[in-house]
Amino acid sequence: MLEKMIFGRYVPGNSFVHRLDPRSKLLFVFLFIVAVFLANNTATYALLLAFTLLVISIARIRLYFLFNGLKPILFLIIFTLLMHFIFTKEGALLIDWKFLKIYEEGVRQGIYISIRFLVLVLMTTILTLTTSPISITDGMETLLNPLKRFKLPVHELALMMSISLRFIPTLMDETDKILKAQLARGSDLTSGTVKERIRAVVPLLVPLFVSAFKRAEDLAIAMEVRGYRGGEGRTRYRQLDWQWRDTVVIILFLVLVVALFWLRGGN
Amino acid sequence: MKEILSLDHVSYSYESEDGVTRRAVDDVNFTVNDGEWIAIVGHNGSGKSTLAKLMIGLLFPEQGKVKVFLEELNADNLWEIRSDIGIVFQNPDNQFVGSTVQDDVAFALENNGIPFEEMVPRVHESLAQVNMEGFLDHEPHHLSGGQKQRVAIAGALAMRPKLLILDEATSMLDPQGRDEVIQVVDELKRTTGLTVISITHDLEEVLLADRVIVMNDGKLLLTGKPEEIFAHGDKLESIGLDLPFAARLSRSLRQAGVGIQGEHMTEEELVNELWTSHFNK
Repeated sequence: MLEKMIFGRYVPGNSFVHRLDPRSKLLFVFLFIVAVFLANNTATYALLLAFTLLVISIARIRLYFLFNGLKPILFLIIFTLLMHFIFTKEGALLIDWKFLKIYEEGVRQGIYISIRFLVLVLMTTILTLTTSPISITDGMETLLNPLKRFKLPVHELALMMSISLRFIPTLMDETDKILKAQLARGSDLTSGTVKERIRAVVPLLVPLFVSAFKRAEDLAIAMEVRGYRGGEGRTRYRQLDWQWRDTVVIILFLVLVVALFWLRGGN
Repeated sequence: MKEILSLDHVSYSYESEDGVTRRAVDDVNFTVNDGEWIAIVGHNGSGKSTLAKLMIGLLFPEQGKVKVFLEELNADNLWEIRSDIGIVFQNPDNQFVGSTVQDDVAFALENNGIPFEEMVPRVHESLAQVNMEGFLDHEPHHLSGGQKQRVAIAGALAMRPKLLILDEATSMLDPQGRDEVIQVVDELKRTTGLTVISITHDLEEVLLADRVIVMNDGKLLLTGKPEEIFAHGDKLESIGLDLPFAARLSRSLRQAGVGIQGEHMTEEELVNELWTSHFNK
């Protein structure tokens, strides 16, 4: 189940989208999320959906892979759709079958909201599928850099994020080891009531926390002796490179916004 | 010979939770010269890791002076001196800061404000020195312990240090990883003349050193060449250190009345002694 879940996972590749600078991707996704709320009629929603599908094809992500991985979220979207079908009672009556009454406005609203939700989930998933977590961190750090003036510890936040990302597999291994050690001592995590199972997790978490603190201390010492003194006067090994294709992305976004305004129905 | 590091009547004590102070380092004196390989040995709690912390300025001595590159360590020159010392710690995972091999090697360079153009060749060069140049984009969890420690050494080398300290750097590795790391350090020492201080309780590692310092209960117990140290076999065993297998065997053979002469550190020496012993009679 978890292996199939692709929300937030990175799949290396070499497409146009993969090679984009993380800054342009982040900026695009952020602005796109805002722009999605411009849509208010069939034409604009169709445009959003078509645009998203275009991005998926440029990123060379197989649709089956994408939708299979997003199954849990698709269920949520279908659920919202049905809720709208059943509970919105406006417009002409479409179906009247025993106690079930479906109205035109319900169908319309349901489909609109679902497309909005779907497009948002797809876009953010494409971002994380095509950008390594460390590039996202780098991109965030540079994009947020102006906020340093307002005393926001941008460098520290980015470092925290990259260290957390780096330690996820290490701590996973550790959890696995502790789990096996506790199983060997007769702890039972898979049966019993919910309360018992929660209680069985405690002997797993305590050693994990203890070792995580030990690791943190070791890491802090290792960083200090290697001359880490905060972000001041530090140079960067990872360089971001804004290229023509990144400018193209931003122009594409502007075109999309203009089209949305043009197709948008007045209300 | 140029002096790299010296400890002059250095003492340091920890206070444990129940308020008892324990001397971890007690009146220790020694000097390390340029190009030497020094091994500091002792069992757990003998004060050898505290020595490492004192050398790199993570701790300051209560009494005595720690001089690195002829300067006494203090809060002002600390960062400058540290940039000339490389140190590799025990746990391979807990000192890997970067998300990939090359990021980790570049970490100290970034901290010291080395420009990007200079970082790239330095990263490649130091990875080549530890035979890890093919692993630039590897993530730490896909590396073995020995590989991680070699990356840690590369990270230290990137700063072109004058002194490399290995603080139990091989103690968590499997025999193969340990051999890899020792080999890399041995070659570095031979090719670049780097000064190495290796803190260890592995007596096999000690054989490669020019000079050995044996610590016990915070005090300097013995110092000398490896052969001289291993001549005190009983003394080493009484403070909880294991002799290398060849040395143990050689001693047992002598005790059993086999006519061999002197101490033997390595298997090769012992084999040579044994197959020629008949003619030497």
